[in-house]
Amino acid sequence: MLKNTLSIIGEYILFLKKVFSKPDKSKIFFKKLLFEMESMGIGSMLIVSIVSIAMGSVITTQTAMQIESSWIPSWTVGFVSRTSIVMELCPTIISLLLVGNLGSRITAEIGSMRVTEQIDALEVMGINPASYLVLPKVLAAMVVNPILIIFSIFFALVGGYLTVLITGCITPYHFMDGLTYCFRPYDIFYAVTKTFVFAFVMSSVAAFYGYRIDGGALELGKANTQGIVVSSFIILILNVLITQIML
Amino acid sequence: MIEVNNICKYFGEKQVLFDVNTTFEEGKVNLIIGRSGSGKTVLLKCLVGLFTPESGVVLYNGRSFHDLPDKDKHALRAEMGMVFQGSALFDSMTIEENVMFPLDMFTEMSLEEKRERVNFCLERVDLHNVNKLYPAELSGGMQKRAAFARGIACNPRYLFCDEPNSGLDPKTALLIDELVVDITHDLNITTVVNTHDLNSVITIGETISFIYEGHLQWRGNKDNVLTSDNELLNDFIYAQPLTQRIRQNL
Ligand SMILES: Nc1ncnc2c1ncn2[C@@H]1O[C@H](COP(=O)(O)OP(=O)(O)OP(=O)(O)O)[C@@H](O)[C@H]1O
Ligand SMILES: [Mg+2]
Repeated sequence: MLKNTLSIIGEYILFLKKVFSKPDKSKIFFKKLLFEMESMGIGSMLIVSIVSIAMGSVITTQTAMQIESSWIPSWTVGFVSRTSIVMELCPTIISLLLVGNLGSRITAEIGSMRVTEQIDALEVMGINPASYLVLPKVLAAMVVNPILIIFSIFFALVGGYLTVLITGCITPYHFMDGLTYCFRPYDIFYAVTKTFVFAFVMSSVAAFYGYRIDGGALELGKANTQGIVVSSFIILILNVLITQIML
Repeated sequence: MIEVNNICKYFGEKQVLFDVNTTFEEGKVNLIIGRSGSGKTVLLKCLVGLFTPESGVVLYNGRSFHDLPDKDKHALRAEMGMVFQGSALFDSMTIEENVMFPLDMFTEMSLEEKRERVNFCLERVDLHNVNKLYPAELSGGMQKRAAFARGIACNPRYLFCDEPNSGLDPKTALLIDELVVDITHDLNITTVVNTHDLNSVITIGETISFIYEGHLQWRGNKDNVLTSDNELLNDFIYAQPLTQRIRQNL
């Protein structure tokens, strides 16, 4: 088991070395990069915004419910909601959502290219398939995911505000007060940094599991599951580490 | 010229190639023949470096392919064209983009020139009006031919074809055979073709390597393939009633 894990880690590192080698043709590389950014960004925007609004609504309601005491000022609700949304919910939960959405798409795409020998065809032509296929995806995810997270934070806050507005659990004025209370830009930086690292893990692990498939379509499903489980696991561990380092 | 010296290939415990020795000559159509599962595809993939043999070497004009530094390997591969048994067309690209792909990667041609070259190659494999279609929209035989067009787009110095005419009707199969011969002779390239199509064997095989269960059993050419006294080869060639009848008339 341990030996197996170590050999997979070694394989992954060698894979990364192949991915991060100079692209064969930079013009084609940038074309692919833009294409990936567009398809990842636009493809995930809707689901990210819906989930974010729902998340913001729930966390605001829960916070308001627990702070129903006259000792605690009512702007606390906005303050606490904002802090959880910016620092944990959006970067981590949405990154995990994107593992299921973008990550599994990457595994499926690369994996089916492996199964149908398209990767071999690239290799024979003298093209580095890892760099040609995977590098644009990894870089695109590292650019697009942080942007998605910024949007997600915005939508979650909007979701919270709407909830306050509709349910009237506290006054919207107090909620807004809390949202802006003691705002630290560093929190955003922390969130974006986390997302950036998670995006790298998500895309490279997903591509790795697709790339190393040996066999047929049955393997593809297995690789997909493995990719999702492993990258979620790594993301959650890194979440702890980054938090210890940055906060 | 490509020389194969004492190649052994294993998958786990299972040995698939046993000490294969053979030579593929420049300017000639070199065939690898053998029954299904005999190891033709594995041998071809060892030639192009998709598989690394456990022992033995593949020499391209005297230089061992597997020992080349990465840069030289890439340069050599840019001169290779390969047609996979399963076509291996890029399914996210149209046929035109597929055939144009090696040109995009390795030439500085203008779009106009590339289009012209693509159309020329598609014309040669008798494919018309498919430029804007995706591989999934083509029949198996058409995919095969598109893959062939992609293989020859860059005027390779080494052409590898894994059963280029399996799944084609007899007439189109002939067309591909003729094309293989023409290209090989016109450009003086080294062509290696896997096949179990007997018609190809007796018409285009300028050298023939017969593989049986991973062993090289016989080497010769189209002129002596029908008259050899190798029993395994004769079993392979004269397996069908049609060829048995030919044998009676020899
Ligand atoms: N990736 C692989 N892993 C394990 N065994 C393999 C692999 N590829 C091929 N083999 C085995 O190697 C042997 C030779 O296979 P190969 O594909 O070379 O046959 P072939 O001569 O090309 O047959 P066909 O004419 O049907 O294409 C087969 O027994 C096959 O099971
Ligand atoms: Mg085969």
